[in-house]
Amino acid sequence: MAERQTIDARGSFCPGPLMELIAALKLAQIGDEIEVLSSDKGSVTDVPAWVAKVGHAYVGTTEHDGYWAVVVRKAK
Amino acid sequence: MPKSVLIVGGGLSGTIVANGLCRQLAEEMRTGAVAVTMIGTSETHMYQPGLLYIPFGRMREQELFRDQRRVLDRRVNFFVDPAATIDVETKQVTTESGRVFTYDYLVLATGSRIMPQTIPGMTEAGHWFYDLEGARKLRDALNAFQGGRIVVNVNAPHKCPVAPLEVTFMLYDFLKARGLWDKTELTYTYPIGRLHALEPVAHWAQPEFDRIGVKYETFFNTESVDPATKVIKSMEGSEIAFDLLITIPPHAGAPVIEASNLGKGGWVPTNSRTLRREGSDNVFVVGDTTNIPISKAGSTAHFEADVLIDNLVSLIQEGRWARDYDGKVFCFVETGLGAGTYVWFNYTTPPNPGPPSQMIHWFKLAYNRLYWLSARGLL
Repeated sequence: MAERQTIDARGSFCPGPLMELIAALKLAQIGDEIEVLSSDKGSVTDVPAWVAKVGHAYVGTTEHDGYWAVVVRKAK
Repeated sequence: MPKSVLIVGGGLSGTIVANGLCRQLAEEMRTGAVAVTMIGTSETHMYQPGLLYIPFGRMREQELFRDQRRVLDRRVNFFVDPAATIDVETKQVTTESGRVFTYDYLVLATGSRIMPQTIPGMTEAGHWFYDLEGARKLRDALNAFQGGRIVVNVNAPHKCPVAPLEVTFMLYDFLKARGLWDKTELTYTYPIGRLHALEPVAHWAQPEFDRIGVKYETFFNTESVDPATKVIKSMEGSEIAFDLLITIPPHAGAPVIEASNLGKGGWVPTNSRTLRREGSDNVFVVGDTTNIPISKAGSTAHFEADVLIDNLVSLIQEGRWARDYDGKVFCFVETGLGAGTYVWFNYTTPPNPGPPSQMIHWFKLAYNRLYWLSARGLL
């Protein structure tokens, strides 16, 4: 059964939101969704760009007060 | 019955915590009101950052190791008997030999380990320096290297985030001194869209790579390695041929964490400020073992351990909380075999590395010795 996991990477300078997402995807099952909370606006473009390149599914981004929630589904 | 503090793991953070508790709870330990016990996996303690120097002949193997019983305060009850299962409901830890330990406070300091075997072909074709055997093998490979294509390949997650850059700059100096740089093509690969997770470090490294002639490919997450054709492939679809592959393998936490259902991948869900295991009041997590989105590094372990000591002592002596962890990390960055810089940051202060200097490199060399004072809780 698919799971949804949240990584709170707000204020994470190193390794940062995308690196955390890459590590989490390695442990996830196909169909699992991962929500990354990031205070780095660069994640809004970096994450979907990388996800498209690798072949996972970009679910969407929600803007909150001072941070963004980017959701990705493991597709392969 | 004495208050029992049980530490699982004998690496840097567990050792600092054990020694710090002995110092600050000296009176309670003298009267038998508090007992500190450590369950480790080895009789020896290794200075892990020293592994970086082994392939270049800049540290000798024996300089990396000390007898763990001599690093630990003699009041610590130390057992080399790896934990097999940890039950936070019954407050019991069972070891591989079948011993059962109970506790009032549990400190999980089980660390991380490299997992090259999770990438097809990597174990056969790759070299690394994140363990002694790998560092020895890389030392031999570098001594035999007469020119060709080197790939420095970085995978997520991994500890010591600056080590990939350090080894690249050290390779440049090493090969230049041997007259081999002109016969070498070095390519550095990194999982995200810049050369380092820390943006200012990436911005500094890129012109340096351009200046010395290091090629690079970003958004490179390793899918497989073909040992026969010596080609490394990325999930993003690119391929790079190599003669010598130096990888920073992906890491995982300790098997006992997953076996005890305490965290996927061996990383324990941890409050980023209190360092308490999520859902537990009396279970604390330090060092690489946490799932906090922060650098897995010796300095992180050290600063977390200092906070944990203050809080455990305060809870035991006064029944109150002392202070939160602020996310502090400090990393030396070797920028060659004769220069270095450093970077520090916390949850609210971004990193801002200064220009490299010989002085900072010397300080790093000094710290290679001073480490043992850190482990003893003196520095």
